[in-house]
Amino acid sequence: MNRGSALRADTATPTVPGLSHARGDFPILARKVHGKPLVYLDNAATTQKPRAVTAAIRRYYETSNANVHRGVHALSDRATQAYEEARGRVARFLNAREDREIVFVRGATEGINLVAQTYGRVHLLEGDEVLVTGMEHHSNIVPWQMACDRAGARLKVAPVLASGELDLAAYGRMLSPRTRLAAVTHVSNALGTVNPVREMIGMAHAQGVPVLVDGAQAAPHTPVDVQALGCDFYVFSGHKLYGPTGIGVLYGKEEHLEAMPPYQGGGDMILRVTFEKTTYNAIPWKFEAGTPNIAGAIGLRAAIDYLDAVGLPAISAHEGELLAYATEEVGRIPGVRIVGTAREKAGILSFVLEGVHPHDIGTILDHEGVAIRAGHHCAMPLMDLLGLPSTARASFGLYNTPAEVDLLAAGIRKAREVFR
Amino acid sequence: MTVDIRSLYQEIIVDHNRRPRNFREIPDADRIANGDNPLCGDRLIVYVNVRGGVIRDIGFTGNGCAISTASASLMTEALLGKTEKEAEVLFGRFHDRVAGPGSGAQGSLGKLEALAGVREFPARVKCATLAWHTARTALNAPGQTASTE
Repeated sequence: MNRGSALRADTATPTVPGLSHARGDFPILARKVHGKPLVYLDNAATTQKPRAVTAAIRRYYETSNANVHRGVHALSDRATQAYEEARGRVARFLNAREDREIVFVRGATEGINLVAQTYGRVHLLEGDEVLVTGMEHHSNIVPWQMACDRAGARLKVAPVLASGELDLAAYGRMLSPRTRLAAVTHVSNALGTVNPVREMIGMAHAQGVPVLVDGAQAAPHTPVDVQALGCDFYVFSGHKLYGPTGIGVLYGKEEHLEAMPPYQGGGDMILRVTFEKTTYNAIPWKFEAGTPNIAGAIGLRAAIDYLDAVGLPAISAHEGELLAYATEEVGRIPGVRIVGTAREKAGILSFVLEGVHPHDIGTILDHEGVAIRAGHHCAMPLMDLLGLPSTARASFGLYNTPAEVDLLAAGIRKAREVFR
Repeated sequence: MTVDIRSLYQEIIVDHNRRPRNFREIPDADRIANGDNPLCGDRLIVYVNVRGGVIRDIGFTGNGCAISTASASLMTEALLGKTEKEAEVLFGRFHDRVAGPGSGAQGSLGKLEALAGVREFPARVKCATLAWHTARTALNAPGQTASTE
């Protein structure tokens, strides 16, 4: 996680070699796009996958594939063991107290929907409130709108300052006796702002309000300790963490998960079914109806092993250096304005260029082999607040290099030339 | 094969993006439609006045990328003075030229040819067609919203 000091304007070219030795682990980084070497700076959308991940998935399908929790045969045993070991690995990754506090879902989005539709269904009544922040991704807005609509509850939005930081005092004031849950992002996907989630959780808990943290943009960049944070729920997606798509994690405190009704009905989530009555399985399986994404969980485990081998603190430091360098190099291009200047940011650089629409920047950069995101970043309310229809966004991963930042800056200068 | 970025951003596109023609609301327009490109958030409004089956005035407002802005601007120039029937034919020819199979329609579309470059940039075809979908909606179903999705 980048500290404020790393954003000072006097930052020079990074002196540390960074993690460029890891680039060789990602076969896709060797390919060319439009005849130019790929410069992949869209990591906040999804990350590329190291060989360790694709190999683990392939190995599973080629040596252990079977359904879990049901077979009497050897392969089913192996598959079940690998799947449950992956759960244990995730629990250690987040420092959860118990493995059963880890529910496998499709991604952060499904994790939030699960909580909104189970915890929300029980706890949200007419006149109640759910508190979110103005910088949430649509996935941490819409599930709550749906839950509030059903219950006749209200969605409250803690305001964001022009810098892209949360107005923490206003957030505190908006925690009311009617607040049933605060759902807040750890790191803004559009601006990179790192929220002071530990403090926010403390403030909420002081009012008896449980907190869900959307960690989709945080987990790939910084060590997360759910016990130290004290959060009630934490969600993240495997594919933003160098793992496969279609697998993600919901962490929930045991007492919450125990008390929540099931999410979807089906096989695996039951103990006993008769046409009169069904007895649900224990947590976490109560929330995992149907055959789960076994290969995805195994791939996610491999991704976490890989992250640990490279070292999250080293990744954090490296991305912080890249962000500081990019902020300097892109920020000094005439006509560029950096959007989001929070003191604490994770590897995301959002910007606009005077007279050039972000989509045109995106197309011109793509032509130079540089992949970025242009648009509203699934955070339209935040864009409205900033008075911008869209921004261009470069987001960094562990394999990016200062030389790639130079190519990004050169591409932006080319966009200026085209529209001169 | 590598395509030069200038084949997309030709001078005429850059010019119409910087100084869009007919970029104005028409307060007494008798046909208006909104156009949304939900994928990128581009939005525009097309205003048309038709008298005796002929497009007597046309304008647009909104916010979009260079391709969508220039396309809207060039479209207003191309449609002004055309009959509704001619507009419909031109819509079809333009659509074929930027998004149709093969190399597109036969015969030159004049200034609109500048937008043919989007053929090589599939992600941007909808930027070029948004204004046309919106104008078509204004003519055929005023008050409705056209969407590229």
